[in-house]
Amino acid sequence: MTSQSIIAITPSLVMNGDSLREAFGKALVKFSDQYSNFVVFDADVAGGTGVHHFRSKVPSRFFQFGIAEQNMMSAAAGFASTGTTVFVTTFAVFATRAIEQARLSIAYANRNVKIVASHTGLDVGPDGASAQALEDLAMFRSIPGMTVISPADSLEMELAVEALLNHHGPAYMRTGRSPSKKIFDLGHSFKIGKGHVIVDGTDLTIIACGAEVHRAIEASKILATQGISAAVINMHTIKPIDVSLINHYSKKTGCFVTAEDHSIIGGLGSAVAEWLAKTKPCPIEFIGTNDCFGESGEPDQLAEKYLLTAPHIVSAAKNALQRKNSL
Amino acid sequence: MNNLTFVARQIRLLSIASIFHAESGHPGGALSCADLLAFLTSKNLPFDKSGENHFILSKGHSCPALYAMAAIQKILPFSALTTLRKINSLLQGHPSVITTPWVEASTGSLGQGFSAAIGLAMGKKHLNKKGSIITLLGDGELQEGQIWEGAMCAAHYKLDNLCAIVDYNKLQSDDNNENIMGLNSLFDKWQAFNWNIIEINGHDFNEIQDAFHMFEKTRNKPTVIIANTVKGKGVSFMENIPAWHGSVKIKKEEFELALRELGASDLEVSIFMNNEIPEVSL
Repeated sequence: MTSQSIIAITPSLVMNGDSLREAFGKALVKFSDQYSNFVVFDADVAGGTGVHHFRSKVPSRFFQFGIAEQNMMSAAAGFASTGTTVFVTTFAVFATRAIEQARLSIAYANRNVKIVASHTGLDVGPDGASAQALEDLAMFRSIPGMTVISPADSLEMELAVEALLNHHGPAYMRTGRSPSKKIFDLGHSFKIGKGHVIVDGTDLTIIACGAEVHRAIEASKILATQGISAAVINMHTIKPIDVSLINHYSKKTGCFVTAEDHSIIGGLGSAVAEWLAKTKPCPIEFIGTNDCFGESGEPDQLAEKYLLTAPHIVSAAKNALQRKNSL
Repeated sequence: MNNLTFVARQIRLLSIASIFHAESGHPGGALSCADLLAFLTSKNLPFDKSGENHFILSKGHSCPALYAMAAIQKILPFSALTTLRKINSLLQGHPSVITTPWVEASTGSLGQGFSAAIGLAMGKKHLNKKGSIITLLGDGELQEGQIWEGAMCAAHYKLDNLCAIVDYNKLQSDDNNENIMGLNSLFDKWQAFNWNIIEINGHDFNEIQDAFHMFEKTRNKPTVIIANTVKGKGVSFMENIPAWHGSVKIKKEEFELALRELGASDLEVSIFMNNEIPEVSL
């Protein structure tokens, strides 16, 4: 880890940008000429996943599979065997419905298939627990060879789509349903497997992904007013996780909070903890749902009820810090 | 003995031999599909180097027959057949693209190879590439819901470059199909899904050949060949016995008896019993 690779970015949180799903659909259109060798699969949810943009602009490369995700997932593997990159798009819970097809047909054949899912976590909101995928990162992360990505804002989503177009092999990426908060400015760079330092800090490190990144930034501001210097890392790639960045901040701050709109079992927090446990054990606190299902409600209300918001990250940070100081 | 009969005999001998060496595997379904696979060698399958035709074994547990076919076609060394299911082998217990790159799809979980064949057929049409995609399904496999998702999709996209063959041997892992989950009427099911259906005796090369001619002439519909077969075909003590579906160990005396029933000569039997594989290719 060299200091040059730490890019400190001034967060400029602006509300109501494109949702990540809209950004995803628009990015597919944007790159459709430059990258002529990809197609998009849908299972009757194009309006929900953002790929309706691609369907209307590039219909010849859009394939409708109906409400039949298992066939779609395995068919993607077969289509990709012609040398074409396939974006399989659906809601995250329906991607996990076809997890075994993703495992065998796609990953166990190392096919160039990118599974991109909207409707992730409590961010789904009113549809309730049936549609709120809180296990997808854990399930896809456990599949050998599967890259797992969860971008934090609409600009990063576009960069992630281009990175996936240049990546070979199976990948799973989360988008998101709610309007996103703008975090990054033009000039932001994205490399699969390389986390970003958004805020530098010396007392503790908050590692977040997706919808939790802006909440982590907010938490770091609250902590700063209380004299606590919290680094914030946007860990957009959950697998392979950026171990050199974790090592650097382990040495620098000695304790962590992880934050994800996902179960604390098996996702980002687990990935960070697995690495730290093996290398340099230190206090770590986990923000995420705690072995429970969600429910209907507005995303912000749910985030508050299930302890995902900035004040809860602040409390977790203080716990981590206290544990570090009592070592 | 005509060429296809000879190829089918070799596929059966080599399948039994590789399962014998593995000390486990699924002989019944490998024997039932051997004549169908023998015919496919005339289409340069299982791996057509020109990239025109493709074969996906959706009933992945019958892979000893696939590997035998590959050895006969010289895309796999005969000696590899004794390594089936063993550690560090090219030949996994179910087909794997990763270990065996000429395999067109990783299969072994039923229903998935069929969908991969559908995706490949769609991809070839999208890229304006000619050629046929042939996939072999088990009858028990048709109980998977994914099959009917795929059946709907292939007809919707009018995949006339796709031919599914059902190895309809009437038995599955535990018992007769009809005692596990009835499939009748298969013909009516595929017809309702708007496929071109051809029902044949899967051990008659003339009927197999005619069915392929009909498939190749059919436009705007995928074809399914319902091939009536006998599970364990060619080995009397395995025929129509669910216990030989797999995964079973073949004893040495059973191996020798099977070789002889399949028409192996004294010389061939002595080679096989010496733990070697006679190298006979086309």
